[in-house]
Amino acid sequence: MEKRKKLPPFKILSTTAILGYGFPESSFKKGLSKKPDLIAADAGSTDPGPYYLGSGKSFTNRTAVKRDLRLMIKAGVERNIPVIIGSAGGSGARPHLDWCLDIVRDIAREENLHFKLGIAQADIKKETVLTALKKGQISPLPFVPPLTPAVVEESENIVAQMGVEPFVKLLEAGAQVIVAGRSYDPAVFAALPISLGYDPGLALHLGKILECAAIAATPGSGSDCALGTLMADSFILEALSPERKFTPESAAAHTLYEKSDPYHLPGPGGSIDLTECKFEDLGQGRVRVSGSKFIPSDGYWLKLEAVRLAGYRSISVAGVRDPIMIDKIDDILKAVEVRVRDILGKDSEGSQIYFHVYGKNGVMGELEPVKKTRSHELGIVIEVVAPTQAEADAVLALTRSVLLHYGYEGRIATAGNLAFPFSPSDVAMGKVYEFSIYHLMKVSDPAFFPVRIEQL
Amino acid sequence: MKSKGKRSIMKVARVIRSKNSGPYELTLDIMFKDRRYYELFKKKKLITAGKIASLYGVDKADVLKIIYFEPSQAIKVTLKRKIPSGTPGDTDIYGAQQHAPLLNLKY
Repeated sequence: MEKRKKLPPFKILSTTAILGYGFPESSFKKGLSKKPDLIAADAGSTDPGPYYLGSGKSFTNRTAVKRDLRLMIKAGVERNIPVIIGSAGGSGARPHLDWCLDIVRDIAREENLHFKLGIAQADIKKETVLTALKKGQISPLPFVPPLTPAVVEESENIVAQMGVEPFVKLLEAGAQVIVAGRSYDPAVFAALPISLGYDPGLALHLGKILECAAIAATPGSGSDCALGTLMADSFILEALSPERKFTPESAAAHTLYEKSDPYHLPGPGGSIDLTECKFEDLGQGRVRVSGSKFIPSDGYWLKLEAVRLAGYRSISVAGVRDPIMIDKIDDILKAVEVRVRDILGKDSEGSQIYFHVYGKNGVMGELEPVKKTRSHELGIVIEVVAPTQAEADAVLALTRSVLLHYGYEGRIATAGNLAFPFSPSDVAMGKVYEFSIYHLMKVSDPAFFPVRIEQL
Repeated sequence: MKSKGKRSIMKVARVIRSKNSGPYELTLDIMFKDRRYYELFKKKKLITAGKIASLYGVDKADVLKIIYFEPSQAIKVTLKRKIPSGTPGDTDIYGAQQHAPLLNLKY
């Protein structure tokens, strides 16, 4: 503790909630004027769904990511401030990391910047997971089915959220800019201060807030910068644009966001305990946070993420305005599926047919408590997921045409049941992925992620 | 529909929202307009797994936890997602529009 008291304030400039979401240059400049010790941003999330991890594509736009990175890297390299990016390319597997690294190299060339680029990979080999499974070192998160070797074999792009250790390794090796694969969101902010001796509970909690940049301010924004100042016994949050401020309410409310238990935030190697956390108004849009503690877990556990191919999708969008049809819509859709399956026989066995009925229960599905629609029109998205694109296209085409001409009881509009807004009416959507691994894995060495330095 | 003597959550809450908490969970937040409503709900345990289960038509076992969060004067309820985010059949990848049944909560 004595040593900690001597620590000077450590300033972290978080630019944006997700790399590529943008930030005003004026906020960034104001942040730089405060002489930050670190510039960082988190680039990832599982929120946009399993497709991006499976396909190797980023859910953010290349031009937007390049714009954000250019400002950050240029400022960082010129001022000798470390720049750290985690969960590169959104999902943080090898293709996403390569995509982001390509952008960084482009920027270095275009701006004639020279620096040591640190790279950390988050991909986990199937054999590693299978071995851990055998040893009983895999544990499912709530509501996730237990992992089996078959599921591991089917999975693609297995990644683990790395903690601070690989970042520390790269910083010690002299990295000026770090781009890492899938990372625990706070790690990019907390790694450097933790390595300097700051309290991990405070550093990680600050990281947890800064990973969303100005979302935790009021009015919140994912496209604006925020500054965090870490001290021995607390940290201070401040916004960097005049229209925004942090309040104890806004900072505390953010702790609730997208989490199941706001008092205990689990991560690699342990959890942040906020049961004694205090949020205190310092005025001028600043908030002091104290009392956050890091509680190491029994063994070091990492969160694994992976997806598997669920098939290929085709969809068709149509509207219904006929009140007789709307009244009987559930029965009609059931009968249409029966008819389609009857016509195709074995050829439709591997296909799943879904009707998303907007105006009825398109948003909530089975959870919708309102069973009877009062809408005068319905929007229907017909969705087919099948083992191949050709099968999905075929089953969708038949389902669409059967529904279009289905002669339901009491029908008086005999020319067609659907209003299509588009020609063509059917769209092939390509591969469909689903999450297959969302489990914890115990590791003996938290820094086992492959790291390397590239001189640019 | 209003049963006698019961009040709507809409009168006392300032934020009612839903969101994924990872791909397998849906988390619901109720933030109160005023500390006394939060205290009332907390003291009288007005939000129960049974109540949430009946509003959403799910099993009580699918309600993972109910947490009273002092710093925000908020109640957080976490449910099992019927279908994990993005798995075929899902209707709301981000889980951001699953809060409406909560608006009907009476106490």
